[in-house]
Amino acid sequence: MIQQVEQPLIEIHDLTVTYHRKPVLWGIDFTLPKGIIAGIMGPNGAGKSTLIKAMMGLVPVGSGYVKLFGEDLKEVRAKVSYVPQKESVDWDFPASALDVVLMGRYGKLKWFQRPRKADRDVAMDCLKKVGMEAFANRQISQLSGGQQQRVFIARSLAQDADLYLMDEPFAGVDIATETAIVELLKEMTSEGKTVVVVHHDLQSAENYFDWLVLMNLRLVASGPIKEVMTKELLQETYGGKLNILTTVTDLLNKQDFPIREK
Amino acid sequence: MFNYSILFNPNVMYVVLGCLLMSVSASTVGTFTFLRKKSLIGDAVAHAILPGICLAFILNGTKNPLYLIPGAFLTGWLSILLVDAITHHSKIKQDAAISIVLSVFFGTGIWLLTVIQHSGMDNQSGLDAFLFGKAAALTSFDVWVFGIVALLLIAAIWAFYKEFQLLSFDKDFAQSIGYKTQLLELLLSGLTVLAIVTGIQAVGVVLMASLLIAPAATARFWTDKLHVMIFIAILISSVSAIIGASVSYIAPSMPTGPWIVMVLSLCAVLTFIFAPHKGIVVKWLKQRRNQQQMLEENILKTFYYLTQTTPDSDKAYFKLTDIQKQRSLRESELNKGIEALISEGYIEKQNDQYYTLTKEGLHQGKRVAHLHRLWELYLTEYLRIAPDHVHDDAETIEHVLTPELQERLEIILGNPEIKPEVK
Repeated sequence: MIQQVEQPLIEIHDLTVTYHRKPVLWGIDFTLPKGIIAGIMGPNGAGKSTLIKAMMGLVPVGSGYVKLFGEDLKEVRAKVSYVPQKESVDWDFPASALDVVLMGRYGKLKWFQRPRKADRDVAMDCLKKVGMEAFANRQISQLSGGQQQRVFIARSLAQDADLYLMDEPFAGVDIATETAIVELLKEMTSEGKTVVVVHHDLQSAENYFDWLVLMNLRLVASGPIKEVMTKELLQETYGGKLNILTTVTDLLNKQDFPIREK
Repeated sequence: MFNYSILFNPNVMYVVLGCLLMSVSASTVGTFTFLRKKSLIGDAVAHAILPGICLAFILNGTKNPLYLIPGAFLTGWLSILLVDAITHHSKIKQDAAISIVLSVFFGTGIWLLTVIQHSGMDNQSGLDAFLFGKAAALTSFDVWVFGIVALLLIAAIWAFYKEFQLLSFDKDFAQSIGYKTQLLELLLSGLTVLAIVTGIQAVGVVLMASLLIAPAATARFWTDKLHVMIFIAILISSVSAIIGASVSYIAPSMPTGPWIVMVLSLCAVLTFIFAPHKGIVVKWLKQRRNQQQMLEENILKTFYYLTQTTPDSDKAYFKLTDIQKQRSLRESELNKGIEALISEGYIEKQNDQYYTLTKEGLHQGKRVAHLHRLWELYLTEYLRIAPDHVHDDAETIEHVLTPELQERLEIILGNPEIKPEVK
């Protein structure tokens, strides 16, 4: 079940990504409409994070392309915000919660330019939106996992983007934080913004997302959540049907074969 | 024996100034090297510079820094590229790659050095000083060259402060907002190599890594703010450079570089011991305070249990042996606790043998017993843990529960009526 949309906000065409000759994404093809919360789901090692990174140009793409707002990423960078996995950074870094949120403003500053007072106002405001204003000056290592995630979301809000790509924003987060973040995301989509979230928990998916992308190395389904949340499609995503694909993957890796002839 | 007036000799002041500039630039750049967890690379670069210096000398036949710096820079940078290439294209991990590159380059350097020494080239004496630094031999021209390089380095760090900060904290995010992260990394490693190349004049190839990393590692203990951290690193390295360079003149025939590193190490060791929050002393004091608090609260709690078992509960007197029957405490420990509790006004001594709780002591004892029971109830009723497993856990938790947590526990347990647990 792959539903394509007219005038997509995100268009991914025949996207293939390899890590050290090992394909982690095979010919991904889908489109997403504007103003929705979309979940990207699949088992561990399905390539969900890689997909988001490929959309942000953070991993080299073997074949295919990604278009955001109908253009290349570099034309629309200011309209796109990326939230990396919380574990990808060292939280012992000497910075306060406010310092991290201010980083969300760096994209709007020129070389050499320091954050302005107005940037601080925005950063404080974003901390308030995630309920963290009381922790603005707290060293980031002294925050709980949920609070650290809120700081990352606040940094993303400070970018004032139209499209948000979030890698596992609910991982290692308490239920109160998760609910608060979901509320915030819903508010954002009601203002016409679009949010794409890598997610793990099938049970909550139905309440959180309007649109669902199921994948396991290759795309299994993409469409409105009601139509995609079916037993067959979930079985296909999480079940053991991929044995041949993963065997070929390992084979390419072992034989040091490229994924494309040229 | 010591001749202090020598410090005001202009030549000596040049040397002190030179060391100061080198240390300051090394520690500024080193802060980012440290935060990006590239400390070992710094060491590899420092060692890899030696063959570059030797080659530059062989080609030009001069020790003029304007010729030696490019040579040193070249092989220093080459070592970074090699480490990256080895890690990227083979199964060898970074630590092994660094060891390989470091030893191969350094070995080559020593070999070249020996070749030069036996070649009978003019002017070659003193080149081996690059091993341990040759600060004392700095000429005013050297100081000018290194001073300018040092100022350039600091200016570059100042200019790209926000970019380097983001690059060090979250590279993917930096790239996602359009930073040219590869270019920035190239620039930062270039600055690192340059800082090492200049710093080597002061402390030499072997000790250079400490000039780069030690100030930053030490400063990290004192602050949680990046700009303050850089400032403290500069302060520590300046003090070390001034003291180190001065000592080597006051007590002649003392080498400058090792003295600078000695002072740096002293700062680091003192910091590890005395730093706020993370220092050994603070941690030790905290442990002791916790132990004392547990001891006192346990005594009060036991006293409280005892009062609950006597008919005229509010005015009951007990002997220390009564406590020991309830709770195994060493006599010295018990005496220490009782003494503290008396001075804090929770316990009163009746006569030689008998003690009683004051009103406040009774309240405290009751509070701890209450928390103990509350935690046991939480574990058994809320988390469904077997009742015979919860006592030991509650023995510790009762000491750390805050009033806010107590309130929350009471709410989720539905304000249970708690009877003291009497054993």
